[in-house]
Formats: sequence, C-alpha cells, structure tokens
Amino acid sequence: MAGSNPNAKPMNLTLKVWRQRNRNTAGSIVDYQVKDISPDMSFLEMLDVLNEDLLRQGEEPVAFDHDCREGICGSCNLFINGRAHGPEAGTTTCQLHMRKFSDGDTITIEPWRSAAFPVNKDLSVDRSAFDRIIQAGGYISINTGGTPDANEIPIPKDIADRAFEAATCIACGACVASCKNSSAMLFVSAKVSQLALLPQGHVERKTRVENMVAQMDKEGFGACSNIGSCAAECPVGISLENIAIMNREYINAKATSNNLA
Amino acid sequence: MSWITKTFSSSIGRKLIMAVTGLFLCSFLVVHLLINLQMLRHDGGASFNFWAEFMGTNPVIRFMEIVLMLGLLAHIYQGLALAVKNKKARGGQAYVVNHSEQNSQWASRNMALLGTLLLIFLIVHLMNFWIRSRFDAMGGLAEVRVPNLDHPVGDLYSVAAASFKIPWYVALYALSQIALGYHLWHGFRSGFQTLGLNHRKYTPAIYLTGYGFSVIVSALFAVIPLVMFFSEAYQPRPATGNTVEQSLTTEPALR
Repeated sequence: MAGSNPNAKPMNLTLKVWRQRNRNTAGSIVDYQVKDISPDMSFLEMLDVLNEDLLRQGEEPVAFDHDCREGICGSCNLFINGRAHGPEAGTTTCQLHMRKFSDGDTITIEPWRSAAFPVNKDLSVDRSAFDRIIQAGGYISINTGGTPDANEIPIPKDIADRAFEAATCIACGACVASCKNSSAMLFVSAKVSQLALLPQGHVERKTRVENMVAQMDKEGFGACSNIGSCAAECPVGISLENIAIMNREYINAKATSNNLA
Repeated sequence: MSWITKTFSSSIGRKLIMAVTGLFLCSFLVVHLLINLQMLRHDGGASFNFWAEFMGTNPVIRFMEIVLMLGLLAHIYQGLALAVKNKKARGGQAYVVNHSEQNSQWASRNMALLGTLLLIFLIVHLMNFWIRSRFDAMGGLAEVRVPNLDHPVGDLYSVAAASFKIPWYVALYALSQIALGYHLWHGFRSGFQTLGLNHRKYTPAIYLTGYGFSVIVSALFAVIPLVMFFSEAYQPRPATGNTVEQSLTTEPALR
C-alpha cells in the first residue's frame, strides 16, 4: 500500500457495536472481534472489514452512514468510545484513523443519541430534523437571471472570514450528540450567524432566526445551557460565539419584527 | 399565544429568563456577603444588626426584596422546567459509554443538581433567618440598641451566632457554599453568553471575573460561619424573649 507505514503492525480489536433492527425495536450492544486491521485504515474502512466478515458468516452487516469519506459531507456520525466522532479533536469519523487505537483495544460504537434523531437501524440515525430547520429559514432570496459579477457586493474581509467560518458547518449533528441537553443551537446558530453577517442574508434576517428557532424547538431539541461540549466536539470548529450571535439576533428579531404571532 | 409568551416559552427565551434572574441573584449575593462580613467585626454584632435593620426597613430594599423573591422563584421554576425538558430531549436510551468529562466542565453539566442542593440549603436558611427576621409570629427577634439609631433593632446577630455554634448547621452552611461556588463558576459566564454578550475582546475578562467571583464569594460565605464556630469571640446574647436595652458599643457582648 503506497504511503503506508511498513512498521505498522496489524491490530486485533474487540468492537462493542449498537445493533438495532429498526425504529420500533429495542437495540443492544453486540460484541465482535476484528482481526488484522491495518493502522492505516480509516475507522469506516475498519467497519467495512467487519461487515465483510459478517456477510461471509451470513449475518446482517452493521448499518452506518457515510458518503464522501473525506470529512466534508457530514454523513458519518458515530459515537466512538464515549466521544462524538471518536477521541481525536477536529476530526470526522471518516477521517479518524486506526493508528489512533492500539492492538487489543475494545472500542464501543454507538449511534447519535437524541429524541430528535431517531435510530433508523444500528448506527444510522434520522437527521431530517436538521433539514426541516434549514427549510424554515436557512436560505436567502436572490434574483434569478444573468450571472452577477463577482464581488459586486463589497464585504469586508473580516466579515467574509467570520461568515465563512460559520458556513463550514457540515451538519453532522455531533453538537446534538455530545450535548447533555441534546441542543441543536450550535448547528442552528452557525447558519443564523453566517447569513446575519452577510448583506445577502439581510432580507430575511429577522424572520429567519424566528422561524429557525421555532422549528428547532418543534423538533424536540433541548435548550442550550452553555456547557460547551458541542464546540469541543465539533469536527470543523464552529465556535460558541455563534450561539451568542444567534441569541442577539433572536432578541432583536423578537423585539422589533412585525411578526405578532 | 401572543408574541411575548411565545418568546419567553421558546428555548432561547427560557434561557434569557435564567440569565437575567441568575445575574440579578449574583448582585444580591454581593450585598448579602458584605452585610454578613459585618458579623466578623468585634462589636458584638452592632454593625450587622444595624444593616439587618436597614435591609428590613428601607422601602427601596423592601421593594427589591419582592423583586428578588420573584426572580428567585422564576430562576428555580425555569431551571427545573429546563432540566426536565432537556432530559426529555436526550431521548430514552442513554449512551453506554459517554466521556463528557473530556469535552466540558463538571459544573457546567451539573447546574440542575447544584441548583437543587442550593434550593435545599435555601429552604433551611430562609426558615432560620429570613422568616424569623420578617415575621414575629415565627419566633421573632430579641431587641437591642445599636449606635446611631434612636430605636431598638432586632438582634439577628444572636440568631446567627447561636446558629453558628451548631455543628451540623455550620457543616451544611459551609458545604452548601461549595455547591454555590460551582454553580457560579458556570452560571456567571453562562449568563453573559446567553444574553449574547460574547466578544473576543471582553469574553476572556468575563470568564476570569466569573471564576474569581465564584471562588471569592463562596469562600467568604463559607469562612464566616467557620470563624464564628471556632472563635470564642462570637457569642449570642442569652435569649430573654423581650427588649434588651443595652448599648453595644459600651458593653462587650455577653458571655
């Protein structure tokens, strides 16, 4: 294998994996052994090996979400050894490599836990609540027609950078999964502050925060108590400052919008 | 539902209530602490009783006392309501393994527990001091004279000095201050964050002030009963049940 470490010894691991047939059945932890795992494998590749073993034995493979496997799509979402996306900071599950573990380790793998994220099957959860929150206000209005000139609207670099930082949220849900309150405020605030910072977002500025917060509450997410687990576990480093910005936006919108309902 | 009730029943609105009432309660703690520290003066409680009288009679303070009680009740109710709501949001199945200690502070995750401990302490504390000083039917206070006032005042000092000779009460009081310290450790900075007051220039100072505030306030509150327990210098006047006419500046405290 190109670029692999020749000194890296294959590992044998014990996996404790959450297995659950569907939403309506109870799940439980099932133990599996995986052998000859290369330290150069990603965590998901290690699960691929497990699934091939299971298929060979005629058992049902473990369901888990994944797509790009390069840390940008936000599909992968595993709670590994008591941490969202595993023990390494600033890393999605797919970018976590087996070299972070040692031969003989026991690894517990669970799905995101939240009332708003029901388990579909095994390690795969339904995160469509996030989609509905975005639909409630995470958009801007623009004119259709010809392609606008680049940099037509002047935006200070500082503002553009801060908006971009907020925009890097990949909506993986690690914030909800690691929050004691199962609060989605880091996710919602990333979108609210990104669009509040930019002039393009100002048309829906007040209705956006009102509607997105209302939808967030409706989905059954908890209320933020500023614990900070979310920002600590966020694979792309969305900061708590965004939640403060959202709180300001919300107070301002509720106090001054024309919405009486 | 009007927009006002909708705002304050939303997740952010509920947190705003917690933040505003919590920071208001912090300001009350400062006043309470400054008056408590008067007990450590070697004047037989004259200064303490003077300020206790002021707190019990000044119309502005009496009005703020009502605001304080409403704020406290709102903080307790909303805190418990949020704890229940957030627990429900977590869902039925808990994590089998959860290393939350690696991503957050213990105090931040246990505000409801700390608040409940403080509530238990507060009930004992209010029954002992506040109810007795405000309602004569609940035991009332003996009366003493203090300098600078032409009328006798309630001897709350003796209630405190007597209470602080009871080992279990001193232990409960001092241990409760640990809960207070941890509660403030998270609560102070959290209040600012909820109000949206997060700025890269000021937030480090807010954190530092909060940590300092929590340690200093809780330590001083805890030290007062401990000093009064171990030192012979702080003794209650013997309970006579009626007006004790004496000048505290000319006579040492009765032993």
